[in-house]
Amino acid sequence: MHEMAVCNELLDQVRANAMQHGARSVGAITVRIGALSGVEPDLLERAFTIARAGDYTDNASLVIEPVAVRVRCRTCGNENDAAANRLLCEACGGYAVDLVGGDELLLASIELHGIPDSEPPARHQNAKGQISEGEDSYV
Amino acid sequence: MCETCGCSIPGHEHPEPADTHTVEVLKGLMSSNDHAAAHNREHFDRSGVLVVNLMSSPGAGKTRLLEQTAAALGDRLNIAVIEGDLETENDAERLRRGGIRAHQITTGSACHLDAHLIHQALHEFPLADQGKPVDVLFIENVGNLVCPAAFDLGQHLNVVLLSTTEGDDKPAKYPVMFRAADLVMLSKCDLLPLLDDFSVDRARSSLEGLGRQTPVIQTAAGRQPDVGAWIEWLEARRAEHSVPRGKEQVAATQTA
Repeated sequence: MHEMAVCNELLDQVRANAMQHGARSVGAITVRIGALSGVEPDLLERAFTIARAGDYTDNASLVIEPVAVRVRCRTCGNENDAAANRLLCEACGGYAVDLVGGDELLLASIELHGIPDSEPPARHQNAKGQISEGEDSYV
Repeated sequence: MCETCGCSIPGHEHPEPADTHTVEVLKGLMSSNDHAAAHNREHFDRSGVLVVNLMSSPGAGKTRLLEQTAAALGDRLNIAVIEGDLETENDAERLRRGGIRAHQITTGSACHLDAHLIHQALHEFPLADQGKPVDVLFIENVGNLVCPAAFDLGQHLNVVLLSTTEGDDKPAKYPVMFRAADLVMLSKCDLLPLLDDFSVDRARSSLEGLGRQTPVIQTAAGRQPDVGAWIEWLEARRAEHSVPRGKEQVAATQTA
């Protein structure tokens, strides 16, 4: 079960965002989880209720938007939904397909409360929203 | 029940407080790990080392394969290994006894290696041995067909072992892991004559159902080792890696 590790990664990012915007607390956190992402939504939810304790996220909630597996056939161009372990073209039965959806593991949006400035924050975060680690030289 | 106030009046809504804003982020959920992985990959590329992440169930023969790989390569390639296990230094010690440079990471109860653990290991484990650069670094991941697939370590290639003593439908059962593979190795093939329930054809068709044309090779690393096809594949990848690679190629192996 690696969902706890995934959840901690998520919360690190959320807290960095909350701090950057000077928010008081975090409400709903929306994530998109593909069926081929390797993360189980149920387990992520359970991990979330344990991991959210702490600055900003004590009362946060997790909204999971599941994303179905979708493939496009390289031979005939058909696009269809597929089971996670049977990525086949429905039209011609071919297995030479490209995944067009279903491996997402995405932090979509965060609801921030108590932002001091009445100015709404920018819609898109730039790279500065990342947790910077400083360049390391392995010396 | 209303999630905001807990009352049971259906359909009522609470207006968003004036100081509440929804920020669109649209960023990978694993960005901290991915950032560390990209950093590791830059370090590997600067050092000119090809990094192979070995994954499988526990007991599929990863450590044995590495011993036979070192024996088969002789002096042709300089290899080193980072070992991941929950506990014990046993695997690293076993490899060192065979003359292979090895560094052990013990993860405690964690079921996978992540990019931060590899980063820490690299501080203690230089990618050169007495001035001789490492050609291929193997990362032997924690034996687990689920969790390691979700964590990029900065590797260039993923190799997944499926041993013949397991079920031949493992690719269908663990699609995320097998989709991540650049090569699937059917290990312990010397046991095939003794096993009545493992079919190489079924294993291949289970893998084909995942929508990738992943190459499959068969190996045996027991008393009569047969790792020729694997060594050939590895040396070819190493030769490709030595020439400057385009960004597109690197990106393709990262997302694989």
